[in-house]
Parts: sequence; structure tokens; C-alpha cells
Amino acid sequence: MLPRLPLELAAYVMMRRILARNPRLIARLGTHASKRFAIDPLDCPFVFLIEPGADRPRLRVLDSIEPGQWDARIAGAMIVLAGLLEGIYDGDALFFSRDLTIEGDTAAVVALRNAIEDSELDPGQLSGVPDWLAPLVSNSVHTLARRFRSLLGAPTGAGPSGTDLR
Amino acid sequence: MELVCPAGTPHALRTAVDIGADAVYCGFQDETNARNFPGLNFSPEELREGVSYAHRRGTKVLVAINTFARAGGTRLWQQAVEEAVRAGADAIILADIGVIGWACRTFPEQRLHLSVQAAATTPAAIRFYVERYGIKRVVLPRVLTVDEIATLIAAISCEAEVFAFGGLCVMTEGRCQLSSYATGESPNMNGVCSPAEHVEYRQEGGELAARLGGFTIDRYPEGQPAAYPTLCKGRFKVHGKAQHIFEEPASLDTLPLLSALRKAGVRALKIEGRQRGKAYLTATVKAFREALNALEASAEPVVHDLGRLTEGGRGTTGAYRKTWR
Repeated sequence: MLPRLPLELAAYVMMRRILARNPRLIARLGTHASKRFAIDPLDCPFVFLIEPGADRPRLRVLDSIEPGQWDARIAGAMIVLAGLLEGIYDGDALFFSRDLTIEGDTAAVVALRNAIEDSELDPGQLSGVPDWLAPLVSNSVHTLARRFRSLLGAPTGAGPSGTDLR
Repeated sequence: MELVCPAGTPHALRTAVDIGADAVYCGFQDETNARNFPGLNFSPEELREGVSYAHRRGTKVLVAINTFARAGGTRLWQQAVEEAVRAGADAIILADIGVIGWACRTFPEQRLHLSVQAAATTPAAIRFYVERYGIKRVVLPRVLTVDEIATLIAAISCEAEVFAFGGLCVMTEGRCQLSSYATGESPNMNGVCSPAEHVEYRQEGGELAARLGGFTIDRYPEGQPAAYPTLCKGRFKVHGKAQHIFEEPASLDTLPLLSALRKAGVRALKIEGRQRGKAYLTATVKAFREALNALEASAEPVVHDLGRLTEGGRGTTGAYRKTWR
């Protein structure tokens, strides 16, 4: 069993930074901002439950999740979900190849995807380091992610090539 | 040939501009454009910022106001045209003949393009729009062969733009009622085919069931590629066998045809996909930019495989290389 609190805290801080740097993200979500999104990395023993909210965003890390607890669920391997956030993968392509599963409120998923696509999610900027260090952090994160994808046999391009990523 | 690239969001617009688009096309956050999806598109302020960004880098911005105005509700479409003109759009892409007439009278200096949604495929139809409303470019429906396009272009006096890559539909552009049948909403009137609000995916007995407006339109066994949840890509039982009866999921890919399209007199190539992400945009724009540069330089084209981005995992040259008649 992994300790949930440090992960929850780190993910929450990251989410707050994303929202702070992208003030239009909530507006793009529109009425879907109040929906509950379950982000489910299938190869990890936890699930993120996110409520972006217009006023007070919430994020919890749970061991598992039941259908009644979310409005929309997005599931895939962690490397796939991270690649989506990084902008390496195309959501539609991942859906076509079945590397990404969505359930529940499809409109909320589409709104979230589009809102994230419009956002600046540079790892350096989001890490909280001084601006002069941000490019170094970003490059390191991208290099590390590329190596992980290579190690796991995940696609290196814009979308999957049929490789089983799970 | 001009490379016209999709921009579903301001971030996508900046990405397309930065990686080599000659022009980008985009729309407003309402039913005046045919990609009226949740979280997508531009506010008037975002459009003004986007046009400014693009113009500073020598890229044009085309604004799609390409749905059909509601009787008694045309003001929304007129306001969209006014906002596009105010933002400094290089051209406005229109479909509705009433909106075209109004835009032509109200803003005679504004460059107007005829949307694919207007479904103009004959010299007579296109000449009518050119002579009556000063249309400068027609976006051709995806029903013509390359030879037919060449013949058509020789008979018209405006520029022709064709789709180069991306999603395909049943090719009755501006007239398809399939989405309306299942959901009451259509790309023509509401700017969205198979609205996400009417789409449901559910895992059922090892299969992914896709439903639209309560109708099950496909079931995908584990590992089988999925498609957009549109009726035209659905599988239905005919004579006891489940099969695609309108069309199989595949995406248009004209990379092998660029030389032929240039010879046919095509002025602009459009990449479909305002609803797609940065990864799709980057890959497709780069591939077509490099291919067009190679074509201009008479150099060996760089080989790109965009198959991983296609619907159903398959690319097709569609009607351009028509083999079914």
C-alpha cells in the first residue's frame, strides 16, 4: 500500500499551478467545471478524483473508485495519461487505438480535453523553480519521459502504433 | 499551394503558425461554426489576439462561419461575421447563401470563401457564387476525382481549396441528416455532428459499446480500433451480418497526391481536425509543410507515416482516386 497523502499533496499543488497559469481553463470547461473527473491510471494502484470547480478545486487520490463517485472516467496506462498532458499524444488517436477508455459524461471529457489542449503545461513553469531554471527542468522531464516511453515500448510519436501500452 | 491548418484553440493557432501554416482556420464558441464542441473555439477577444499573433508572423487567419442560419435567428451569424471582420480576418468561410449575401452587401471589401458545407461541385454553382457574391475561393466537397477537380478548376474563375488530410464523412456536405435523425442536432444547423452530450461509451461483456442518442451504433471487441461515434461510421445488421453500411472508418491522406493536386490547379490544401490535439496538429502540419517544400523544390519527398493518427488506423485517398465507379 502506497502512502496517498504525499501523492495527493503533490498532485493538488500541480493542479493549482496549472489553474493559476491558465486562467482560461475553467472558462473553457464551462458548466463542466463542476463535474467529477476520475483519472484512472490502469497500471497504478490509485485513482485521481478531480473536481476543477469554479471557486475551489478539489483533488483526491483513492485506492479505487465506483461508478457513482464520478461523472466522467478517463482510463489508460500512466505513461499514456502523462503523454496526453505533455501534449505528446493525440487523444482521438489514443481512443481509436483503444489505449484510452472514456466512460460517463462524454461532453465533460471532450471539454476537459479541449481545455487542457489550450493550456500551457510546461513542466519547468509548473515545477515552481525560478524562471531561469525552468527550461532545464522542462528538458530534463521531457528527456526522462521519452526514455520511459522507450523503456515501456510506448510510441514516441503523436499517437499509438498498435503497441499494447498496459 | 497554400497550407491551411486547423486551430481549435488559441494554443493550437499559435502552434500551427509557429510550425509552418500559411493560413489557419478557426471559429467562434457557438453554433455558427461546424465544430461547435465543448471547450473548443475562440471568443471574439481570443480571435483578435490570434489574428494579431498570426499576422505578426505572416500567417493568414480564415474564420469559419459555416453553418446554416436559423430562420428568425440570423443575427447570431451576422454578429459572427461582424466580429470576424473586426478581428481582421483575412477571409471568412461561409456556407449559408443568406449570410453570404448579407456579408457581401455589408462588408464589400471582405474576402469571402465558400465553405465545403455549401456543397458546390459544378462550374455553374460556383460561378453563381463568384458572380453574385464575389466569392474568392471555393472549398470543394470531397466527392471529386483529381481529374474532375482539374476540369472544374479550368471552368471557374476563383481559387479552389481541397481537403488534404483528416476525417471523412458520407460526403453529402451541408445536407447530411444522420446526426439529426439520432440526436435532433446536426453539423449543418448546430455546428456539431453526433454531439458529445448524446454519446455514451460503456464496457459490456468485454466489448466497448458506442451509443448515440440511445442507439447502439457499434460494438468494438477488445483490441479492435474504434471510430468516431457517428451513424455513418456505425455497424448495422444487414441480412444478419453486422457491417459498415455507409462507410468504413478511415481518414483522408493526400500525401501521395500532392503533385497531382498541384497540376490540377488546386490553390490551397486544408488539414481537417479543429477538434484534434497539439500532437495531431504538429505531426500533420510538419508532414505537409515538408512535403510541400519538397514539391516546390522538386526534391525527393520526405516520407511520413501519419497512419497512427487516422480513424480506424487507415488512410485513404478517398474520392480523389475513385475506384468504385
